[in-house]
Amino acid sequence: MRPVRRPDVQRRRSKGSAVDWLRVGGHWSVWRLAVLLLVLLFSFPFLVMLTSAFKNAADIFHAPPQLLPRSWTLHNFREAFRQIPFWRYLGNTLLICGLNVLGTLLSCPLVAYALSKIRWRGQMPMLMIVLGTMMLPPQVTLIPIYLLWNHAGATDSYLPLIVPAFLGTPFLIFMLRQFLMSVPDELIEAARIDGSSELRTYWSIVLPLARPALATAAVFQFVWTWTDFLNPLIYLNDTSKYTLSIGFYNFFSENGVEWGPLMAACVLFTLPALIVFLLGQRYFVEGIATSGLK
Amino acid sequence: MVKRQHAVRRRQSLRGLAFASPYLVGFAIFIAWPVAASAWYSLTDFNLFQPPHFVGLGNYRHMLHDKVFWKSLTNTVYLTVVGVPLGLALSLIGALILNHPVRGQPLYRALVYLPTIVPVVVSGYLWRWLMNPQYGYIDELLRLLHLPQPLWLDDPAWGKPAVLLVTLWTVGGMTVIFLAALRNVPKELYEAAAMDGAGPIARFWHVTWPMISPVTLFQVIVSTIAYLQVFTQPYLLAQTRLNTSSAGPENSMLSYSMYLFQNAFVYLKMGYASAMAWVLFLVTMAVTVSILLNAKRWVHDGSR
Repeated sequence: MRPVRRPDVQRRRSKGSAVDWLRVGGHWSVWRLAVLLLVLLFSFPFLVMLTSAFKNAADIFHAPPQLLPRSWTLHNFREAFRQIPFWRYLGNTLLICGLNVLGTLLSCPLVAYALSKIRWRGQMPMLMIVLGTMMLPPQVTLIPIYLLWNHAGATDSYLPLIVPAFLGTPFLIFMLRQFLMSVPDELIEAARIDGSSELRTYWSIVLPLARPALATAAVFQFVWTWTDFLNPLIYLNDTSKYTLSIGFYNFFSENGVEWGPLMAACVLFTLPALIVFLLGQRYFVEGIATSGLK
Repeated sequence: MVKRQHAVRRRQSLRGLAFASPYLVGFAIFIAWPVAASAWYSLTDFNLFQPPHFVGLGNYRHMLHDKVFWKSLTNTVYLTVVGVPLGLALSLIGALILNHPVRGQPLYRALVYLPTIVPVVVSGYLWRWLMNPQYGYIDELLRLLHLPQPLWLDDPAWGKPAVLLVTLWTVGGMTVIFLAALRNVPKELYEAAAMDGAGPIARFWHVTWPMISPVTLFQVIVSTIAYLQVFTQPYLLAQTRLNTSSAGPENSMLSYSMYLFQNAFVYLKMGYASAMAWVLFLVTMAVTVSILLNAKRWVHDGSR
């Protein structure tokens, strides 16, 4: 086996440089140039964020701007940690994100199951309700929902940010439903004939089959909650309860912008979402693609 | 026998209801009731502290004379009319490029998609930095290309293009959907077209474009709705020092949803804001329906 593999490895190594990658059979490849340009265009802002986070003030306020810092420093990260209660906000945000993901995983597949694998009269009307809700602009319900929570004395608590997930998100219900439609009925019928209860069938047969779709839904919910700005902005007043996005916003709008620590904080804030994304990338991108086509 | 069938049916209905119950409750509390309440508030004068006071269509009539309302509406229409076609073109071109087989393609796909998962708060600050006229990279790039360098956020004429730039950065979601659509076009069609002597451009217009048109329609509708409701990007680009009602020079970045938010949570005009939400809802519906009605002309129907 080994002697066969070796030339392969060597060839890859010798053609590994960036310039070679752009040339196919001795000619410049237009497609590869286009890919490179496209990727640069979209990732350039990240690059600026990352390198600025390691610059000292003199390098940041250097005109014309230079991409790489002349001297690398961790000062901005220390400042960001000192000025923003980062760990507290991170803890708050992770708590809210975790509960949202839990709520979504408990509620959405249940409803999706009722909309795909149980034959009952309410199925079509219920599906219409789910689809209709997806089209309603959130602005219409924003104020009454706020007043509802206000009336319940729950503003400035996490309840408004958590409870809705436990009652199902239309977009994810619909996505999971489309996925469950493709699960063969025979499997479920067989379990039913064996006398397994509906809930048991759902729990031990349907959910394990739906694992990729569930992972997609979980990643979606995590990233939405992680990046949510408007809801924490409306509901949270007590600064100790802030999530990262709102704590971040509040801090820098109050104190004026210090770009170095800000970019460092941006890196710290983007990192967890990035990690979740990379872990769930396969499911995630596919989940979007299928939801878009159905 | 008939009786038993009834019993079975009823049991099925109960099962269905039980499984669907989380969303039934959610719908009742977070959709049905708020929609009804919002319709009622839109007919009242309501500031949170006193009970709503019925004013009939007063709020709606007030909009006709509210200059800021019209400003926010025209700003939003501008963003939608320019942003939707630009986003569509950019994402489709991106998808066509990424669809070409190149080693490492999943990585490039991920990099293009990445901006959409960045918290908007971060991208707001990041782009403000990039668009800084003195130290920013964009003006530096324009300087290198000998192009004029706008003041971006400080110039009323450039506020909206700045908002578009930030929203277009997150076009990767649409790109990924287009990519999936491109993969679904049957290869035989391209082969047949090539046999008939069609070049790459002819193949695009006669094969790719009609075959992906249902997905394009979906994208047009979704992105139109998103632009009509745009809030966070202009809100963050325009904000200065905790001044919740700042909207760029001469309100140039005031989107409809921003003005709605200001009315509700800064001026506490809940009635007026509710009326604005309903106008937005009706406009969104009207636009969506007219896009759908026009779709017959350019969307390819697979059954024909």
